[in-house]
Amino acid sequence: MSMLAWIMKRDLLLAIRRKSDVLTTLFFFVIMVSLFPLGVGPEPQLLKAMGPGVLWVAALLASMLSLGRLFAADYADGTLEQMLLCPESLALIVLAKAAIHWLASELPLVLMAPLLGLQFGLSGDALWVLTLSLLLGTPVLSLVGAIGASLTLGLRGGGVLVSLLVLPLYIPVLIFGAGAVDASTSGLGAEGHLSILGALLVLALLATPKAVAAALRISLE
Amino acid sequence: MSKINLYKFASPATFYGLAGQMIPGFAILSAILFAVGLYIGFFVAPTDAQQGEAYRIIFIHVPAAWMSMFIYVVMAVYAGVGLAFNTRLSAMMAQALAPTGALFAFIALFTGSFWGKPMWGTWWVWDARLTSQLILFFLYIGFISLQAAIDDPRRSDRAGALIALVGVINVPIIYFSVKWWNTLHQGASISLTKAPSMAHTMLAGMLIMAIACWTYTIAVALSRVRLIILERERHSTWVSELLEDIK
Repeated sequence: MSMLAWIMKRDLLLAIRRKSDVLTTLFFFVIMVSLFPLGVGPEPQLLKAMGPGVLWVAALLASMLSLGRLFAADYADGTLEQMLLCPESLALIVLAKAAIHWLASELPLVLMAPLLGLQFGLSGDALWVLTLSLLLGTPVLSLVGAIGASLTLGLRGGGVLVSLLVLPLYIPVLIFGAGAVDASTSGLGAEGHLSILGALLVLALLATPKAVAAALRISLE
Repeated sequence: MSKINLYKFASPATFYGLAGQMIPGFAILSAILFAVGLYIGFFVAPTDAQQGEAYRIIFIHVPAAWMSMFIYVVMAVYAGVGLAFNTRLSAMMAQALAPTGALFAFIALFTGSFWGKPMWGTWWVWDARLTSQLILFFLYIGFISLQAAIDDPRRSDRAGALIALVGVINVPIIYFSVKWWNTLHQGASISLTKAPSMAHTMLAGMLIMAIACWTYTIAVALSRVRLIILERERHSTWVSELLEDIK
């Protein structure tokens, strides 16, 4: 246990000391979302309808961009190899690293999202649902993305490759995340969507750490 | 006894010969079946009461869509076997099947849009089936590009196997989420499942085409796997002896 705590503490410390990494992802998210009104026009009705989808797609892309940081530095300096050798279960280590990655890279986006939602004219309820759906959905993105990040460690053009591998797998999260907000604005109630997002999160928590551990072993063999 | 044979042909060197013997049979069979299936499809099958002649694209479209799904599952099974038992040939088979699967997924999308234009009036509809077929195509592309990006064959095999398995677990999740998304957004306006009951000749034509696609896939995958074997085993003595014989 103390081993995991150490890894989490270390990753958190690294994230805090490299603030620019976190901020870059956050501002990518903000810029990306701000581009849409410029592209499609300032029609309030249109923006209101597009808002949830735009915010979710931007969150997907921002989360994908930050995946490189999950293992790359540890891979480069050999720390990852030491983690593979240590007696603690690799799946648990992966879970710990993904948790900190989520805290450092995704949580800021989740907190920023309601503000950007206001720019798209989303109502108060919709903003709550949006934040909640992002809270449930973004950990799934980190976990599933970790599979792609671990498989592409040290490869040529790794970043683009990750997007090809990971984006199709993100689709269910996108559908139910953006769908939750749509359902709440159209009066259907978002409970169903949020429950499915929760189910996806549980599934991801159970299944992906093992897969990532296997992928790390393959990549570091 | 059969067990011994199976193990024997799990070795790339012996499988190379076996595959070479199997290819002509499957290739000829597939050519004949394609000819028969297309003849039934274009000349024998009756004109559809609702869709006219345009429906005849079904004879290519549906078998291609079936194949694209089957091949992904077969690929994932080979990948899983390769990962679990460390058999090199299984990974090579998975690698050999992927381009054909992607090709069929593309054909299904392409013919689908040509069918959609006269029937629905648009080239593309965000129908659940079309969308999940598109995503399946993306999954193939991901698998192929991951394998292509890794130079070390062992790592490439195992990484590809893992992503194929992750993909095959996700396919049902993706399919159902897309289905639900679609019904929420626009209601089931177009459904291919509610097709009017099919004439027997239509069904026969479609099944023959499907078997033709199967035999085509086997022939092509086997010839591709032969090339992969040669490339991977180029430093072994049996390959150099083979090359000597050819010279």
